[in-house]
Amino acid sequence: MQNCGLFFTSYNGEKQLFASGFQKVCLGLFMVAMLAAPQVLNLYHVSVLNLMMISVIAAVSLNLLTGVCGQMSLGHGAFVGVGAYVCAALAAKGLPFVFCLLGGGCVAAVVGMFFGIPSLRLKGIYLAISTLAAQLILEYLFLHMDFLTGGANGMAVDSPSLFGFAFNSDTRMFYLIFAVTTLCVLAVSNIVRTRSGRAFVAIRDFYQSAENVGVDLFRFKLQAFATSSFLAGVAGGLWAYYTMYITPEQFSIALSISYLAMIIIGGMGSVLGSILGAVFLTLLPEALNMLTSFIGSYAPDISSMTAPLKEGVFGLTLILFLIFEPEGLVRKWRLIKAYWKLYPFAY
Amino acid sequence: MEYYLQLAINGLVVGSIYSLVALGFVIIFKATKVVNFAQGEMVMAGAYVCFALTVQYQLPFLLSFLLTLGFSLVLGMAVERMVLRPLIGEPIISVIMVTIGLSSILKSLVQVFWGTQIRVFPPILPQEPFMVFGLPVAPVYIAAFVLCLLLFAVFSLFFKYSSVGIAMRATAYDQQAAQSMGIGIKNIFALSWCIAAVVSSIGGIILGNINGINSQLGHLGLKVFPAVILGGLDSLLGAALGGLIIGVLENLCEGVARELLNLGGVKEVASFVVLVVILMIKPHGLFGTEEIERV
Repeated sequence: MQNCGLFFTSYNGEKQLFASGFQKVCLGLFMVAMLAAPQVLNLYHVSVLNLMMISVIAAVSLNLLTGVCGQMSLGHGAFVGVGAYVCAALAAKGLPFVFCLLGGGCVAAVVGMFFGIPSLRLKGIYLAISTLAAQLILEYLFLHMDFLTGGANGMAVDSPSLFGFAFNSDTRMFYLIFAVTTLCVLAVSNIVRTRSGRAFVAIRDFYQSAENVGVDLFRFKLQAFATSSFLAGVAGGLWAYYTMYITPEQFSIALSISYLAMIIIGGMGSVLGSILGAVFLTLLPEALNMLTSFIGSYAPDISSMTAPLKEGVFGLTLILFLIFEPEGLVRKWRLIKAYWKLYPFAY
Repeated sequence: MEYYLQLAINGLVVGSIYSLVALGFVIIFKATKVVNFAQGEMVMAGAYVCFALTVQYQLPFLLSFLLTLGFSLVLGMAVERMVLRPLIGEPIISVIMVTIGLSSILKSLVQVFWGTQIRVFPPILPQEPFMVFGLPVAPVYIAAFVLCLLLFAVFSLFFKYSSVGIAMRATAYDQQAAQSMGIGIKNIFALSWCIAAVVSSIGGIILGNINGINSQLGHLGLKVFPAVILGGLDSLLGAALGGLIIGVLENLCEGVARELLNLGGVKEVASFVVLVVILMIKPHGLFGTEEIERV
C-alpha cells in the first residue's frame, strides 16, 4: 500500500483497471471469500446472496445508462422482465442455457433501443416520463400476451444445465450467478474506459459540446440503451432461472424504482457504487424483517404492518440519502479509504 | 351509440379529476420546475384524511372537507420545507427520486393507519340519476364535473388578477428577476406546494365519493403524466384539456377493445401509448412553451 496516496507517472498507469498491487490482492481475497461463501453460509443466506448478485447486474447496467450516459430510465425493471420472459420462453423450447441467456439479453437490448429512440429529442423529465410509459406498456404486454408469457399465472422455468452439469440447487446456482455477475461488472468497468464510455460521459456532462466535438449523439445514446438493456436482460434471464417461476407483477414499476434507488444510494456513475447500492438495498428489507420479528415477539400487532413499513423505510432512506449524501455510499467509501491513507494525519 | 356516449360521459368525469390533479402538478412545475411523482399519493392522503374525519370521527361532511383542506395546506408546506428545499439546484434525477421516496412514505403511512381494504364514503348527494342527453348520470358525477370547472375558473382568475398569482407567474418566468423585484421566492415555492396538495385532496375526496378509496389510489398520479404532457407541462389550460381528453380517450379505448377485440385492461395502457406518440411528435404538448437551446 502506498503511504501517501496513488501517484501516476504515465497515462498507461492511470488507464489501468486495477491501479495498485494492494488493490489486486484485496480483490483476490474478496473473490476467494465469495467462492467459499456458500460452503460457510446457510441456504437462506446463499439465496439472499444470489438475489443480491442479480440486483448487482441490473444496477450496474442501469448505472451505465443513467449514471454514466445521463439518460434517466424508469423502465429498467421492465427490460429485466423482457430478458426473463424471453429467456424462459427459449428455455421452454429446450434450447441450451447460454443461448437462452444471450437471447434474453439480445431481445431486451432491441426493446431497450426501441424505447431509447425518443431520447434523441427528449431529455430530463420528458425522457423519464417516456421510459415510464415504456415500463407500463411492457407490463401490460407481460400480463396480456398469454400465449407467450402465461398471463397473470406466470410461467415456470427449469433449472439450467451446462455441459451436462445441472445447476439445480441454490449453492450450484450461486457459482453460476457469481461467474456471470463478475463478467458483467468487468464488462461495464471496461466499457466506461473505452471510446464509447468517454462519449457517454461527454453526453452526460454537456450534450451540446459533445456533439460539437464530433460525438454522434443518436448513435451513442442508442448504444447506451442497447448495452444497458442487454445486461438487464441477462439479469432477468438469471432471475428466471434462479426463481424458476416468473409473474408479471415481479417486474412492476416498483422494481424500476428500486434499481434507480440502488444507483442513487450507491453513487451515480460509479461501478463500485452500484454494487454497494444493490447490496445495501437487498439487505435493508432483511434487516427490517429481523427487526420486526424481534419487536413482534413483544408486540404481535406489528407483523401486519411489516409490508407497508418496508416501503416507508425505503422511501425514507432514499430521501435521507438524497438530502444528506447525494453522492452515495461510494463517497463514504472514498472518505474511509482516504482516512486510512492519511492516518494518523487528518490532512 | 348510447354505449359510447355513456363511456364518454364517464370519461369526462374521471377526466375532470385527472385535470384537477394535473392542475396541482402544473402549478408545482411552473413555479419550481419540480416534477412531482407523489401527486397521486397526495390525492390518496387527502381522501383518507377526509374519510377518517367523516366516518371514524363522525364529523359533518362540510366540516371534515374544510379540515382536510387545512391538513393538505400543512402537508404541502411541510413537504416543501423538509424535502424539496434542501434539493434546490440538484440534478433532475435527484428531484424526481425524492418525490418518489415521498410517495413511498405517504403510501406506507396510509397503509399503516387504514390498511389496504377498499373504503366507501357515506352517500352525500341524492342517488336518483339526472338525465343528460337522455342518459342517466349520477348527481355526484355532475357535482364532480362542475366543481372541477369551478376550481379551474378560480385558479385562472387567481393567476391573472391577484397579486400573489402574478408573483407566482413572475417566479415561473424568471426566478432571478422576480427575486430582485422583491418577490419572496421561498414563499412562492411553499405556496405552490400548498395549492397542489389542496387541489389533489379535493380530487381525492370527489373520487372517494364516486368509487370509494383504497391504497391503490396513488396510481392515479401516473395517469396525470399523459394528461400534462398532452396539454404541455407548464400550461393550466393544457392541464384542464389534457385531463379531459385522456379521461374520455381511455374510456373509449377500453370500450372499443372490450367490444371488438375482447381485450381487457386497455384503460391502463391506452393513455401511455398516446403519451409515447405525443412525445415523439410534439414533446412540448398542445400549449406548453418550447425551450430554445443555444450554445
